[in-house]
Amino acid sequence: MSDEDEEELILSELSDEELVPQMHDDLYDGLKEEVEEGVYILLERGWEPYAVLTNALVEGMRIVGIDFRDGILFVPEVLLAANAMKTGMAILKPLLAETGAPRMGKMVIGTVKGDIHDIGKNLVSMMMEGAGFEVVDLGINNPVENYLEAIENEKPDILGMSALLTTTMPYMKVVIDRLVELGLRDDFVVLVGGAPLNEDFSKAIGADAYCRDAAVAVETAKEFMARKHNVLSAG
Amino acid sequence: MLEDDGELSGADGQDVRAKFDALLGSRGWILADGATGTNLFALGMGAGDSPELLNVQQPEMVRAVYRNAIAGGADLILTNSFGGNRARLKLHAVAGRTRELCQISAQLAHETASEFGNGTIVAGSMGPTGELMEPMGVLTPDVAVDIFLEQAEGLKAGGADVAWIETISDIRELDCAAQACFRAGLPYCATLSFDTAGRTMMGVAPGDLANWAADATWPPLAIGANCGAGAADLIRTILEFPKLKIGMHLIAKANAGIPKWEKGAIHYDGSPDLMADYAELALRSGAKIIGGCCGTTFRHIQRMRARLETFKGGATPMLEEIVGKLGQFSADIGPDPKDRNRRQRRRRP
Repeated sequence: MSDEDEEELILSELSDEELVPQMHDDLYDGLKEEVEEGVYILLERGWEPYAVLTNALVEGMRIVGIDFRDGILFVPEVLLAANAMKTGMAILKPLLAETGAPRMGKMVIGTVKGDIHDIGKNLVSMMMEGAGFEVVDLGINNPVENYLEAIENEKPDILGMSALLTTTMPYMKVVIDRLVELGLRDDFVVLVGGAPLNEDFSKAIGADAYCRDAAVAVETAKEFMARKHNVLSAG
Repeated sequence: MLEDDGELSGADGQDVRAKFDALLGSRGWILADGATGTNLFALGMGAGDSPELLNVQQPEMVRAVYRNAIAGGADLILTNSFGGNRARLKLHAVAGRTRELCQISAQLAHETASEFGNGTIVAGSMGPTGELMEPMGVLTPDVAVDIFLEQAEGLKAGGADVAWIETISDIRELDCAAQACFRAGLPYCATLSFDTAGRTMMGVAPGDLANWAADATWPPLAIGANCGAGAADLIRTILEFPKLKIGMHLIAKANAGIPKWEKGAIHYDGSPDLMADYAELALRSGAKIIGGCCGTTFRHIQRMRARLETFKGGATPMLEEIVGKLGQFSADIGPDPKDRNRRQRRRRP
C-alpha cells in the first residue's frame, strides 16, 4: 500500500472484532496515542478492564515478544511498543485495583551492584507488567541489601536480577548466596538475565532459570507460577 | 618492531596510522590484547566494584594486566577505562573523577608499554554510557558527546595513542563517541557488540556500521566487532565486512568462549588452543587487528601470537569450519530488514 491512498483510520468506527487486532498492530508499531484511544473505546463499550488488559494489551505484547525472540524486532522497537503498552496500562491500573482483577504474581527486579545497564531489565519489567504481573522495580546498581529489603516488604513470587557486564554478573551469586544463608532462597523463584549470561551459568550460581530475553522471561515466569499453583492445589 | 617515540598523537592519527601501517606492512596483522575486566577479577577485583577505581586504588593490579598482555605478545593494549565515563562512574560516586581515572589508566598503560620499549600501541578504551538515546531514553546527542569528550580528553592527556570505542550497540551513540574523539584530537577505532542474531541488541548489522564509517565526518582508523556471544558468532560477523569493501582495517576481538561459573569464579570455556584457531580464522576472514575480549588471558594471547606468526595462508573459512573449530553459533542470523515480514498498521478495508 502506498502512503498517498491510505485512508484515515477511525478507531471508534471499528467493531470490537476489528479494533482489538488493530490495537495489536498499533502496539506493535509503538503508537502510544492510538493504543490509549483504543483502551478508552473498549472501556466505553463496557469492556471489563481485565478483558481489555488481557485481550488487547497482553495479547499484543505477546506478539511483539515473539518477533523480538525471533530476531525480527530489536530493542528500540520493543521499547516503543512497551511504552505504548504502559500508556494503556496507566489507564487500566486504577480500574483493575477497583475491580479486584486476578494477578499473575509479583516480581521484584533490579540490576545488580556496579551495573548501570537497565535496558533489558526495563524491558522485562514492562513485558511482565504487560503480561499481568505486579512488578516492583529496584532500578540499577543494587547491593544485596536492596534485594533483601524489597523481599521483606514485597513478599514477591519472583526475584529477577540483571547484569550486562562480565564484571557485574558474579554479583548475582553474591545475592543468591546471601539468600541461601538467610534461609530465604526457596521462598521465591529466581530468574536471571543479561547479555553475557547463559543457562549453565544460571544453574551454577543457583538461580532457577536464565531468561535470554524479555519474552522468554515472561514465559518462564508464567510457567513457574502455573507450577506453583499446581503444587498449592495438589497440597 | 617500532621505536616507542613517547609522543602524543594528533587528531589526524598520523602517528598511530604509521604504527598500524608499519606492523601490517611487515606481517599483515596486529595482535591486540585480551580482556581487562575478567583479568582484573582473576587478580582479586570484587564483583560489582569499579574497575576504573583500581587505577588509583591498586595500580599494580592494573599494571599486571597490561604487563601480562604485552609479555604475552600483544602489540596493542586497551586501557582500563571501559566504564570511565561519568554516566557509569556516578554509580560508584566518583563521577567527578572521570578525567583523572581515564588519564591514569592511560598513563599506567604508557608506562608499562615503555618498560618493554617495543612500541606497544596504547588504545584508550571507551565503552557505552549505559544510557538510552532519545526517543527511547533521555540521552541527547549533545550530552552524550560531552560525556565521551571528558573520557577522551583524559585518555589523551594520559598518553593514549588512539581511542578504542567498543561494545557499542547503538550507532548514534557511536557517532557521539566518534565526535568526542575528534574534538579531543584523538584518532579512534570502533567495534560494536553483535550479540543478537548477527546484529547488536539495537538491531545494527555489520553493513550499518560499514555505511556509517564510510559516511562519518570523523572516520575511524578501523572498525569491527568485539564481545557479543562466543568466538564462532564473532567470526561469522567478521565475514560480513569484506563483502562490504569497508576501505579501512578490520578488527576482531572475540570472547574466549562463553562464561561458566567454576570453583567460585567466572571462567570462559574457550581454551588457548581454541583462541589460536579463532585468531587464524579471524585473519583468514579479513581481520587485520585481532585480539580477545572477555575471558581472554595472556595464555590465550601467547597461543594466538604463535599461531599468527606461523600462519602460512589459507582460504576464507566456511561456516562448517568455524563451527567445527569454535563451536556452535548462539543463534541463526535474523532475516534482513528488507525481507522481514514486518506488520504494518492496518487501514480500513
